[in-house]
Amino acid sequence: MLVAQNIGFTIIALMMIVGALRVVTTSNVVHAALWLVVVLAGVAAQYLLLAAEFVAVTQVLVYIGAVMVLFLFGTMLTRSRIGRQGDLNNSYWKLGIPVALIVFAAMALALANSFGTEKMPSDAAVVNTQQVSDQIFGPYLLPFWALSFVLLAAVIGAIVLARKD
Amino acid sequence: MLVNQFLFLAAILFCIGVYGVVARKNAVLVLMSIELILNAVNLNLVAFSLRNGSVDGQTFALYVIAVAAAEVGVGLSLVLLIYRNRRSISLDDLSEMKG
Repeated sequence: MLVAQNIGFTIIALMMIVGALRVVTTSNVVHAALWLVVVLAGVAAQYLLLAAEFVAVTQVLVYIGAVMVLFLFGTMLTRSRIGRQGDLNNSYWKLGIPVALIVFAAMALALANSFGTEKMPSDAAVVNTQQVSDQIFGPYLLPFWALSFVLLAAVIGAIVLARKD
Repeated sequence: MLVNQFLFLAAILFCIGVYGVVARKNAVLVLMSIELILNAVNLNLVAFSLRNGSVDGQTFALYVIAVAAAEVGVGLSLVLLIYRNRRSISLDDLSEMKG
């Protein structure tokens, strides 16, 4: 069981890393969006491995369903031609490589020192939706209300910004 | 399963997202890199939820997903507005704030 989990994790993780690298290196905006789907689906699969069913389903619905359509519409509305195009990187893009490597080195050092070879609890039960909703509508009710207003404000703001007048 | 394998995967995704934010010129691609960063954070939250045997991390992850959806909506409408006014979404052209 544990071996199967580790094999699954490795395959999905490699897929996600390749997808993420293609998102930031490809020279076609639509291809970047489609590679992003690979990464987001991989994240949903990792949630399943982490016994978080409801978060995985939400990830698929919200990210792959809604956010991705938004990205494709954004690409469509802001590009006269969809296809390969040269300069998607800015002139100092090489600066990004050392920045990312330094950030990763710092995080890797901190993670290796703090968690080492600590294992996940192997007897963890799958968290069902009832437990999640008990948390949302119990101790975290106030942030839930705040989040409702954030979404309302975002919807109104997006309409106000994007409409033609 | 180690705790660290998930945390390292999230760290790699985060760094790729940081590279994308720094290196990309197209505003839509910068927003996609921000999505990578947010997903890395969510992966961390859910991993710690399993490690600590508590549902709080998953609740936070759901809230982050909702905030990310709102962020993409507003961000893309801003990009659309910039495109309508300037016929370009290249972030290099938006240099009015430079003194």
